[in-house]
Amino acid sequence: MKKLLTAFVGSVALAAAPMAMSAEANKELKMAYDADPVTLDIHEQLSGGMLQLSHMTFDPLIRWTKDLEFEPRLAKSWERIDENTMRFELREGVKFHSGNDLTTKDVKFTFDRLKQSQDYKAIFQPFSELKVIDDYTFELITKQPYPLLLNTATYIFPMDSEFYTGKTEDGKDKSAITKHGNSFASENLSGTGPYVITDRQQGVRVEFERFDDYWDTKSPGNVGKITLTPIKENNTRVSALLSGGVGFIAPVPPTDLERIRRDDDSNLVTMSGTRIILFHMNQDRVEAFKNPKVREAIAYAINQEGIAAKIMKGFATPAAQMSPAGYQGHNESLTPRFDVAKAQQLMKEAGYEDGFTITMMAPNNRYVNDDKIAQAVAAMLARINIKVDLKTLPKAQYWPEYDERAADMMMIGWHADTEDSANFFEFLTFCPDAESGTGQYNAGNYCNPELDALVNKANVETDLEKRAAMLQEVEKRLYEDAAFVPLHWQDLAWASKENVKIEPILNVMNFPYLGDLVIE
Amino acid sequence: MLAFLVQRISQAFLVMFVISVIAFAIQDGLGDPLQQMVGMSVSQDEREAIRDDMGLNDPLVVQYFRFAGNALQGDLGTSYFYGKPTLDVILEHLPATLELVIGASLIIIVFSVPIGVYAAIRPQAWLAKFFMGISTVGISIPVFLTAIVLIQLYSIGVTVDWFPADTGWGRWLNGALSTDGGLPSYGRGDELTHLFGTWDSGFFSESGLWHLVLPSVSLASIMLPLFIRLIRAEMMEVLQSDYIRYARAKGLSAVRVNFLHALKNTMLPVITVGGVQIGIMVAYTILTETVFQWPGVGLMFLEAITRSDIPLIVAYLMVVGLIFVITNTLVDLIYGLVNPTVKLTGKKA
Repeated sequence: MKKLLTAFVGSVALAAAPMAMSAEANKELKMAYDADPVTLDIHEQLSGGMLQLSHMTFDPLIRWTKDLEFEPRLAKSWERIDENTMRFELREGVKFHSGNDLTTKDVKFTFDRLKQSQDYKAIFQPFSELKVIDDYTFELITKQPYPLLLNTATYIFPMDSEFYTGKTEDGKDKSAITKHGNSFASENLSGTGPYVITDRQQGVRVEFERFDDYWDTKSPGNVGKITLTPIKENNTRVSALLSGGVGFIAPVPPTDLERIRRDDDSNLVTMSGTRIILFHMNQDRVEAFKNPKVREAIAYAINQEGIAAKIMKGFATPAAQMSPAGYQGHNESLTPRFDVAKAQQLMKEAGYEDGFTITMMAPNNRYVNDDKIAQAVAAMLARINIKVDLKTLPKAQYWPEYDERAADMMMIGWHADTEDSANFFEFLTFCPDAESGTGQYNAGNYCNPELDALVNKANVETDLEKRAAMLQEVEKRLYEDAAFVPLHWQDLAWASKENVKIEPILNVMNFPYLGDLVIE
Repeated sequence: MLAFLVQRISQAFLVMFVISVIAFAIQDGLGDPLQQMVGMSVSQDEREAIRDDMGLNDPLVVQYFRFAGNALQGDLGTSYFYGKPTLDVILEHLPATLELVIGASLIIIVFSVPIGVYAAIRPQAWLAKFFMGISTVGISIPVFLTAIVLIQLYSIGVTVDWFPADTGWGRWLNGALSTDGGLPSYGRGDELTHLFGTWDSGFFSESGLWHLVLPSVSLASIMLPLFIRLIRAEMMEVLQSDYIRYARAKGLSAVRVNFLHALKNTMLPVITVGGVQIGIMVAYTILTETVFQWPGVGLMFLEAITRSDIPLIVAYLMVVGLIFVITNTLVDLIYGLVNPTVKLTGKKA
């Protein structure tokens, strides 16, 4: 009897083996993010959430790897033709969700649409055109030599031109990008990505199913169905994971890291992030901030290591510059300076021994522990006799104040859309110029035309080693000048159930490549 | 009766008007809705263009009259975030909230009446004292704390190993204090039954009912003690009254006296208070829905505030105002039915 049973089980196992190999994408994943995609039109808004959606339902020409290298996706190869031109070969046999074939006309359509998009047009401003050579060859042409051409190509997720062209039943243009109100593209989607959307209730859930004709058959991904539930409340999101309600959550709040680490059944992944948190010192509002010695004193008075260790519970990387490690401009010689005696000495030298009073503003629901960080900084400044009148606001109220430069010191966090140092400088330290839009978020009104010129020069330098040297020089000069107060790069954290192998698909840009996710 | 309804309808209009004016007056303080719609790197000029396009640059008075004109035609504006008419958005989220309120109300009714009556009839019994003690604690614990504790106990589960496991009593205590978890901690579950319109119900599937348990208990936890105490107090007062004593003296059975004569008069003030409590319930659903990611109007409203989705905020406030007026009217009508001596419209005597 026992023999018979073993033989029976054996034959079933044999029969099941080839089946298991063919039915690859049969796993189901429930996941909870802190928000869901606001729209299905990937060109409507440039945000982390939208890029996450883009990587699930579309595919870029090329994409970033874990160590910030480029990996071919829909473009299988590329070569530089001349100073301003890069030629790309498109992968053949790629199908859209609608069944249409991907050709260069779709890439061209997408490129033109990106130039129309309010959120993306600034990023694509250096490009003059996309030239179609044949069905599977095209060229990206820039106005001047542009070192970030490939960085920008990671933002081109080809859209199905046939699907998005024409009129809807009520006569609206299908390709229109609408910021508010409904458009065809905000509710319908046809990409080449690993997942199609089968059901979506905004703010409640989005359901994805693996696309049968997905081109990347080499991908190890075996998840057939994904249900995304937005859970904004930190506690609830963590509880959902711990109770087994979901298999993957992001982000993990710093206060719950220990709880998840202690749970045998969960898996925590953390990474040093690329979003810098900093304070601007407004030189137009406070006379003393014009004095480099005062700015330096403030830089010496603030304990980045302490903030990262105590307030962020080790969940941040203390910073002395804007560029995180891995960026071209990252200058390794710059380290946080913290020396209260030195700070007091500098204040004395500057003639402000008795100190002065300033106002400070920070958001209280935008960055991790933002209000607590601001309180700590205010307390640290008290030690060099700078009395701080601190006000923290919800982000919806904070940004209008920020645009007005309503306080002497203001907090901001910044992530470079181009994954490049120059983006930090252009928005945060360039001389504010309403005409060109540079220095848009430079609430310190710090202005050093010499540095601006150097960054502009770096922006047309295609020799990446030379360019890196220039950008590192800029970081060093800003550091010496104490142009702003860098605090830290916010770390990133994700967590999953033990059998959901998220480690290989995560990256510092925080768009998990869910198409490649393996569940055991 | 007709005069009463006419009076109530005109009151409703006044309430709506006041709410809309207040909501409009505070919208500057709610922040910039555009911030949520555009990326950080979008230039000021682009932002101005979008703002113009959305009519946000018009004077507030112009914006108000545009809104009021549309509202009179039944159009409460379009949500910035959902890109849909606000009324549609609210109707989509309303069933979830109503089911939560129904779930909580059932728990309240099922437990508050017997416990309240029992505590009134046998005020000295240890069980009655126990219930009263628990209800004092229940009133003073905030609903979100109850919710978090419930999730920890019944979703995640707690393993207690404080007592020696090699003794019988230790094992028993450990076992008694440990919980298994496993109850759903968020959302309404996957299996909803479509009823009609936007109503997808969780009442008809096992998964839907399990998802209702923790949120309903949390929401009920704040109201249940209140009702127990209220019913007990009213009942005790009624039991002291002459007609009850007379009924007892006549030799009517205790059940008949307690449950027919006394309870009926006890319920009058309870109904009134219950009607008022519906308003408070709305406030507590916001907290409960946030903790349980319950996709109802409370959660929707809170998120609309963080996104400065002004049309949706205004529409929600107006719908809630309407619900208030309607429930208060119903409460008054029911009161009149139960106790016909009450005059609905104040006539001069």
